[in-house]
Amino acid sequence: MSDLIEGFLGKSIEGKKSRMPAKLDYLQSATGLFLGLFMWGHMFFVSSILISKDFMYTITKFFEGSAFLKEPQSWLVSIVVFIVFVIFISHALLGMRKLPINFRQWQAYRTHMSMMKHEDTSLWFIQAFTGFAMFFMGSAHLFMMMTKAHEIGPFGSSDRMYSDFMWPFYLLLLLAVEFHGGIGLYRLCVKWGWFEGEDAKISRKKLKQAKWAITVFFLALGLLTLAAYVKIGYEHREHVGERYIPTAQIEMQYDVKVRA
Amino acid sequence: MSRTITIRAMKYNPQSKLSKAHFAEYKLEETDGMTLFIALSKIRETMDADLSFDFVCRAGICGSCGMMVNGTPRLACRTLTKDFPDGVIQLMPMPAFKLLKDLSVDTGNWMNGMSKRVESWIHTNHKPDISKLEAPMEPKLADETFELDRCIECGICVAACGTKLMRPNFIGAVGLNRVARFAMDPHDERTDEDFYELVGDDDGIFGCMSLVACEDNCPKHLPLQSKIAYMRRKLVALR
Ligand code: HEM
Ligand code: SF4
Ligand code: FES
Repeated sequence: MSDLIEGFLGKSIEGKKSRMPAKLDYLQSATGLFLGLFMWGHMFFVSSILISKDFMYTITKFFEGSAFLKEPQSWLVSIVVFIVFVIFISHALLGMRKLPINFRQWQAYRTHMSMMKHEDTSLWFIQAFTGFAMFFMGSAHLFMMMTKAHEIGPFGSSDRMYSDFMWPFYLLLLLAVEFHGGIGLYRLCVKWGWFEGEDAKISRKKLKQAKWAITVFFLALGLLTLAAYVKIGYEHREHVGERYIPTAQIEMQYDVKVRA
Repeated sequence: MSRTITIRAMKYNPQSKLSKAHFAEYKLEETDGMTLFIALSKIRETMDADLSFDFVCRAGICGSCGMMVNGTPRLACRTLTKDFPDGVIQLMPMPAFKLLKDLSVDTGNWMNGMSKRVESWIHTNHKPDISKLEAPMEPKLADETFELDRCIECGICVAACGTKLMRPNFIGAVGLNRVARFAMDPHDERTDEDFYELVGDDDGIFGCMSLVACEDNCPKHLPLQSKIAYMRRKLVALR
C-alpha cells in the first residue's frame, strides 16, 4: 500500500523524497566510468595488431584463458562481453533520461547552443548524439562479439572488416565511442569535482586539454588499427574463414615434417 | 576616433495581441567607454521611446540588466560596446524567465520562488538574541560562505543553462549555490537530509548535466561548478 501512495504522491508517507534519483545519478556515472576506462583497455587490446598478428593472437588466447587452460575457451570471452553488455544497457537506460525527448526541448537546446557557442554546452550535444547512435551500433557490436567470440583473431577480425564489409560500421562506432567516452570522462571529473585542486577554473582548463589529447590519441590509434585490420582482411580475402595459425605453431609443424 | 555601431534588439510585447516579434535596428555613434546601458538609454531617448529594458544600479550590483548579448547572457551595464570589433550587437531577452516586453524579463518573481523553494534563510532552533553578537565562525569558512552571498540574482546562470531551457522546473545554479551557502554555514542547523528534501531530485542537484555555462558566465565569478559538485557529493552519499 505504501508503494501505491508513494507512486501516486511522488513522496513517501512521511513526506520524504525518494533516494532513487541519487542512486541513478551515481549509477550513471559509475557505469560511464567503467565503460570509459574499459574502452581504453579495449583499444590497447585491439591495437595489438599493430605490433604483430602473433601478438594479437597471443592476447586473444590469453583472454580465452590460455594461462590456466589447456584448450583456450572462447565462451570465457562471451561471458565478459555479456557483462559489459549489461553495464552498457544500464548506462544507456540511465543516459536516456537526459536526452531531449520532444521537439520543444530539442529546439530550445539547439537554438541556445548555436546562439551561445559555449564549448561545454556544445560538447554535451555531441555526447548525447553519439550516445544515441551507440544504442544501435554498440548493441550490434556487442551482440556480435558475444555470439561470435570464437571468430576474434588476426584473420577472423580482419575478414569481418574487409570481406564482411564491416569497416564503415566500425569507423562510425570508433568516432562515436571516442567522442562520447572522452567527453564523458571529462564531464565526470567536472561533475564530481575530481582533480579540482585550489582553482577549479584552472584545473578545468587542464582537464579539457587532457580530454582533447586523449581523444586525439585514441582516435589516431583507432584509425591505424582499423586500417591494419582492413589491410590484413584485403590480403586474406581469398581465404575468408580460415583461422590464423601462430608462427610458433607453423615452425613446430615444419619441425615435425622434417623429422618424419 | 568614433565609429557607428549597430544595435539590433528583439522587440515583442506578449501582452499585446497586435505585437509581432521582430528585430529593430538602431545605428548610433559610439562614445568613449560606452556601455550597453548608455547605448540603450540613448536609443530610448532619441530613437525609440517604446523600447523596454531594465536597469537600476548601472554598476553590476543590482542584477537587473541581464540580457542575451550576441547569444550570451551578460550584464548590459557591464558590457562595453568597444568589445565588439565588428560593431554589431544583437540583443535578446534572457530565456527561461517570463518575458515582460522586449529586453525586459521578470527575474524578480522567479528568484523569489527559488528562495522559497530552497528555504533560503538560516534554520535554527535557538531563538536569536539580537542584542548579542552572532556565534563566531572560522575566518576561512566565513570567507567561503559569504563569498557565495555575493550572488546578485541576475539570472545569467539560469539563462546560460541548457538543462534549464529543456527542463523548466530545474532549480538552476543560483538555487544550488544558495543551498551550498547554507549547507556550509554552521549557523544553519539543517542536516544533509534536510537539504536532500529541498533539492534531492532531478529538478535539483541530480538534474544538473554539468554544462557549466553558469560557471563560465556568472558576472560575479562565483565558484558554481565546485559548489554544485560539493552538494552532489554530499547528497549522493546519504543512505
Ligand atoms: C547506448 C549507448 C550509450 C548511451 C545512450 C549513452 C548516453 C549517455 C548520456 C546521455 C550521457 C550524459 C549523462 C548526463 O549528462 O548526465 C552519458 C554519459 C557518459 N557516458 Fe554514455 N552512453 C552510451 C554509451 C557509452 C559508452 C560505450 C561509454 C564508454 C566509452 C560511455 C561513457 C560515458 C561516460 C564516461 C559518461 C559520463 C557519466 C556522467 O556524466 O555521469 N557511454 N552517456
Ligand atoms: S550565481 Fe552568478 S550568474 Fe547566477 S544569479 Fe548569482 S550572480 Fe547571477
Ligand atoms: S543595472 Fe544593476 S547590474 Fe546592471
